[in-house]
Amino acid sequence: MEMINVTIDGIAVEVPKDTTILEAAKKLNINIPTLCFMKGINEPGSCRVCVVEVEGWRGLHPACVTKVSEGLVVKTATSTVREARKNILELIMSNHNRECLSCDRNLKCELQTLCNENGIDRLPYGGKVDKGCLDTSGPIVRDPNKCVLCGRCVSVCSKMQDVGVIDFAYRGAHMTVTTAYEEGLAGQECINCGQCIKICPVGALSERDDTARVWKALENPELHVVVQTAPAVRVALGEEFGYAPGTNVEGKMVTALRRLGFDKIFDTNFSADLTIIEEGNELLNRIKNGGKLPLITSCSPGWIKFCEHNYHDFLENLSTCKSPQQMFGAVAKSYYPVKADVDPKKVFVVSVMPCTAKKYEADREEMQVDGLKDIDAVITTRELAKMIRQAGIRFAELEDGERDSILGTYSGAGTIFGNTGGVMEAALRTVADKLTGKSLDSIEYTAVRGLSGIREATVNIAGMDIKVAVANGTGNASKLLDKIRAGEAGYHFIEVMGCEGGCINGGGQPIIKDKSTTEEVKAARIKGLYDIDKACVTRKSHENPEIQKLYAEYLGEAGAHKAHKLLHTHYVAR
Amino acid sequence: MDKVLSARFGKIKPDSVEEYIAAGGYEGLKKTMSMEHVDAIEEIKKANLFGRGGAAYPTGIKWEQAYAIKKGPKYMVCNGDEGEPGTFKDRHILGEDPFELIEGMTIGAYIMGAKEGYIYIRGEYAAIQRIVGSAIANAEKAGYLGKNILGREGFDFTLKVVSGAGAYVCGENTALVESIEGKTGRPRQKPPYIKNCGLYQMPTILNNVETYSCIPWIIKDGGETFSKKGTEFSGGTKLMCLSGNVQNRGVYEIPFGMTLRELIYDLGGGVTNGRKLKFVHLGGQSGSCFPESLLDTKICYYDLKKAGISLGSGAVVVVDDSHCAVDYLKNSMEFFEEESCGKCTPCREGTYRLVQLVEKFTEGTATMEDFNKLKSLAQTMKTSSFCGLGQSAPVPLLTLVKYFEEEFLEHINGKCRTGVCHMTGKAGK
Amino acid sequence: MEKVKEVLKRFGNSKDNLIQVMLELQNISGTNSLPHEWVEFVAAELDMPLSRVYSVITFYAMFGTEPRGKYVVEVCKSAPCHVTGAGSLLSMLEKELKVKPGQTTEDGVFTLIQSSCFGACDISPAVKIGEKVYGNLTPQKLNEIVNSYREGRHNG
Repeated sequence: MEMINVTIDGIAVEVPKDTTILEAAKKLNINIPTLCFMKGINEPGSCRVCVVEVEGWRGLHPACVTKVSEGLVVKTATSTVREARKNILELIMSNHNRECLSCDRNLKCELQTLCNENGIDRLPYGGKVDKGCLDTSGPIVRDPNKCVLCGRCVSVCSKMQDVGVIDFAYRGAHMTVTTAYEEGLAGQECINCGQCIKICPVGALSERDDTARVWKALENPELHVVVQTAPAVRVALGEEFGYAPGTNVEGKMVTALRRLGFDKIFDTNFSADLTIIEEGNELLNRIKNGGKLPLITSCSPGWIKFCEHNYHDFLENLSTCKSPQQMFGAVAKSYYPVKADVDPKKVFVVSVMPCTAKKYEADREEMQVDGLKDIDAVITTRELAKMIRQAGIRFAELEDGERDSILGTYSGAGTIFGNTGGVMEAALRTVADKLTGKSLDSIEYTAVRGLSGIREATVNIAGMDIKVAVANGTGNASKLLDKIRAGEAGYHFIEVMGCEGGCINGGGQPIIKDKSTTEEVKAARIKGLYDIDKACVTRKSHENPEIQKLYAEYLGEAGAHKAHKLLHTHYVAR
Repeated sequence: MDKVLSARFGKIKPDSVEEYIAAGGYEGLKKTMSMEHVDAIEEIKKANLFGRGGAAYPTGIKWEQAYAIKKGPKYMVCNGDEGEPGTFKDRHILGEDPFELIEGMTIGAYIMGAKEGYIYIRGEYAAIQRIVGSAIANAEKAGYLGKNILGREGFDFTLKVVSGAGAYVCGENTALVESIEGKTGRPRQKPPYIKNCGLYQMPTILNNVETYSCIPWIIKDGGETFSKKGTEFSGGTKLMCLSGNVQNRGVYEIPFGMTLRELIYDLGGGVTNGRKLKFVHLGGQSGSCFPESLLDTKICYYDLKKAGISLGSGAVVVVDDSHCAVDYLKNSMEFFEEESCGKCTPCREGTYRLVQLVEKFTEGTATMEDFNKLKSLAQTMKTSSFCGLGQSAPVPLLTLVKYFEEEFLEHINGKCRTGVCHMTGKAGK
Repeated sequence: MEKVKEVLKRFGNSKDNLIQVMLELQNISGTNSLPHEWVEFVAAELDMPLSRVYSVITFYAMFGTEPRGKYVVEVCKSAPCHVTGAGSLLSMLEKELKVKPGQTTEDGVFTLIQSSCFGACDISPAVKIGEKVYGNLTPQKLNEIVNSYREGRHNG
């Protein structure tokens, strides 16, 4: 590799060719502030917060996108640089709706940190440009008056997710990020994935706050309030309370939920196992009976809406299985009331999800049985953390709690639903046992694990080659489906998760304050789930005793009448 | 003086190939086709021709570099966006002698091996676009564009007119390329430079209308002859645009070396209404504003640079002493506020805040603190903006402050010596 | 939509020609603007996100997203016009047409806008009505011109 010698703030360093000034400085522990920059995703070099002086060059230059060259002498904090940085931050801050104390992003805001670190103590300008109305039309809430025009959300939406419902509009001081004709996101092709929220440096994007409805239900003595928590929540919630990413805080979370007043603490892992039984059955049926293949998973509501908008020709490939969240609701309002002797109309089901699209999914018209909505309220991991704080619960001091029966026991397979490749692996574990008629010991399908956007594998089970593919992020799903459309690939089974990395990196997960660590955080959360999987007594969905009981005592056969009515759904071309 | 660019203005039917040829046109192209490519480039280098759009990059060097790039296809692009206030020279070339541009681009295409070219003309010049379009069609019919030009096997070159839609920033070359691609005209990060990676990510040779239009003459009559028309440091002639408070407004083709005073007083007939000249705004909206004392500077890239001034597009806006420097500045800053593309912070927010700050002066509510902020912000925009628009937007501010600081201070004290500003903020003071 | 299809076809149904297509559509719209449903149609035909198309049409000053008057009256506000009396032209128009810049007259005949330089600095102060440029104006002269448009006597 060609190496380049540069000097930054008087310190010499040798770095590979094509290194940016920002990266070279980082090697020397020199922190050059950035705002718009998100490596690989958004590199417009436009906010200019990172400008530095380069000897012999006129003007200042953005460290984030300026590559080093031999002998470059860089100064990152001269008075010219500091004055420019201060002026630039003052400009951004002056046109920013500074409701810091009442902002969702308070203390996690990158702009706040930058202003603090760069001595922005008072602003020289008055007045702001009005950038339009707060958009509260759907689960994703947008405040254009907090937007700093970094363009990260635009890049994520169009490049990473291949959705593109937002873009820059107008120019100059009137420039704004908006939908076409400034309409509400809810009426657009927005898939509610919430990746824009995660990447927003400020509080311009957030989720609809549903905690008030949950508090109200908890305080209503008439209601029997049960809660389910998605697999990925337990390995991320801790970050809100100072734990390292990937730490499993399930026990404390259960105790916290109980303290908050939930009548029963259940688990989406349980219904993930249920999904595997139904979806595995569907896969085997389609293979045996010449049904539509590839079968594509339907757990991710962002992905589903994406498919409904953009890939009408694949709607029949989607598994008719409801997602684990919805399956949970359906049994919590049918099977559970029978067993627990409560009125199903009084059961109020709350989901804690790593996902913002789950809020949309719960409100879909199809997601009800006999007039009862499967799910009554969905809150994100972040919203749960908020509730715990509001209740004055000292999370770190809590004892570990136990899940309630009869919707709380889970297998390792149900757990790994929270990461990319996990649904595939869980399904293969069950399908392999069904096809061979044995309980196999080798259950780790490492070929489908990992973080790359698209992974393909051929798995031989009982002499049959099952071709599978895994895509994470709807942009990658697009690429995969385009390949299939073009006849360049054929599969039996495809797992798609709408967010890169899967649910562990969902739009409802804790904000990663230092977003340059995103990849490590994703990996740590995934490891957290596989660690739980390894420690589980049962690691296959069909061996989950509560699932076995559910079928034996209530549902009958997988895919049979009752299961079909409760656990399956249909899709619409949008 | 033997004119290079304006000789045929008003004398021929602009879209007639025959009349163009009869008036000496297409000699340059024919000669080029008998020359080695490198020799033709050498001729342009000898001409001492600098880019006429404003950046004043030596055209010969630019073409030499573009020629050396092996990647292809290469595109020829002409910047006819002419959005610079006070500039209307390209309008004359495009509307009165478009063939000199077309020939210039065809010569470039021959040298570079480019098969396609685009003339980007601002949307406001719709009628002129039609003239150029008609000229292109006629050139094609006559065999001067299209396939096997002038019977030379394999010498193919087509030209298209692309319309702008009202954005000054599209005069910036990467923004212009984005606009030709049908996108918003927001500049790209450089490097890569467009000579390597321009239109459709391919090597692109981009010059101003006036620059291309010099090429046929240079090839025909020789680079040295062209160069000698000007000064040691600036070859040839320049179209200057006189406007504002001056008697004879219009376009003048002058040899480099003439002084500003000669241009304004001898050719321009001096200031209107018997008033005195207060300052000249040279080179376009992002150029310097300077007083009478600098008028003896020669119009020459070197001399002007020495005086801290840029020739820019060749716009000369004369402003008489009935005008207030601060009010004029406000008008200039409003232009940039309107035209900022919005991409980078210093320009997007800076142009907006500069207007706001200057308004405090014109209203009589400014403080010394505002004055200091004005200067500091202007410096930051100059050093830190993404493209030339934001970097040069503060130039009129910095130069007006330099030469008319006293007036700014008077405004802080609630006084406008010209009475132009109403001082609503400190009424009665 | 046949008209829109025809324009798209003329420009090769190409994304690269989006701006050219939109200019042409605005010309034939009869409203001096881009009708919402046309824009949606173009986005779909060119397989572009609508937000991207909207981004383009709101960036360039010449496009209107709301219907405008039969004649768009552009008063240049750039420096050469500013120092030769553009301000008095604007005041006159605001008074006579009873609109502010950006607004359309009640009868739908004129939309008044202040524009950046359109290259008529040699005849400043200048005003553009449709494609036609009028220069060396005084408020009186301009008033006469505007009236000729109102009464259909103009030759622009």
